[in-house]
Amino acid sequence: MKILVQREDFDPGAEITALARDAAVGAVASFVGLVRDENDGARVGAMTLEHYPGMTEKAIGAIVEEASRRWQVLGCTVIHRYGELKPGERIVLVAIASGHRGDAFAACEFVMDYLKTRAPFWKKEQTPEGERWVEARATDDAAAARWQDPARKAL
Amino acid sequence: MSATIRVLYFASIREKVGCDAEEIELPAGVTTLAALRAHLRGRGGAWAEALAEQRALRAAVNQEMAAPTAAVRPGDEVAFFPPVTGG
Repeated sequence: MKILVQREDFDPGAEITALARDAAVGAVASFVGLVRDENDGARVGAMTLEHYPGMTEKAIGAIVEEASRRWQVLGCTVIHRYGELKPGERIVLVAIASGHRGDAFAACEFVMDYLKTRAPFWKKEQTPEGERWVEARATDDAAAARWQDPARKAL
Repeated sequence: MSATIRVLYFASIREKVGCDAEEIELPAGVTTLAALRAHLRGRGGAWAEALAEQRALRAAVNQEMAAPTAAVRPGDEVAFFPPVTGG
């Protein structure tokens, strides 16, 4: 398991290639989150991501462990950036290697959904009207909550 | 015996109270996160506003998300912050 919280950009292709080296891996599912230039009706010129050093890595580690209990996870890479980011820049990568696509897709989506509600990151946007903290979304809580339904584990 | 705890504040809470970290003496009778939050609110002004009861707030004890009923003990690292918005 590789978990990195860093200022620097990352190379999704290189990360996926690294996960695919194990011959037991038949599937790698990945998600890349990017900074949009618009949010809630305002232009976003830049964004600053703050996090809680120490807790962030632990929280992501716990999420990946939980995913590994639910699905076959042969390898996993999570990279989350902090600091100032411009529209179009990468924020986060989640990549999951598994034997088959079902486990890889499900584990990847689960890690993202839990990361959104449990990893201590906060976004502040720079807009033409000034700076503003991004508000947490109820839809993110709902996305994480649906994994608590035991039926989802059977996927 | 010293009964200090370390308290951290993040994002909008940090900005409102104008403090990112402090060491405080754990007052007698303060044994839970909710009680600590109420104690800090008692400082008034920006503290009362940032930690107001109706404000959606999350907290961690020793770098793990914790409920308001969670215990706070001498030596702990406690953090208060708004609901997270990463990813």
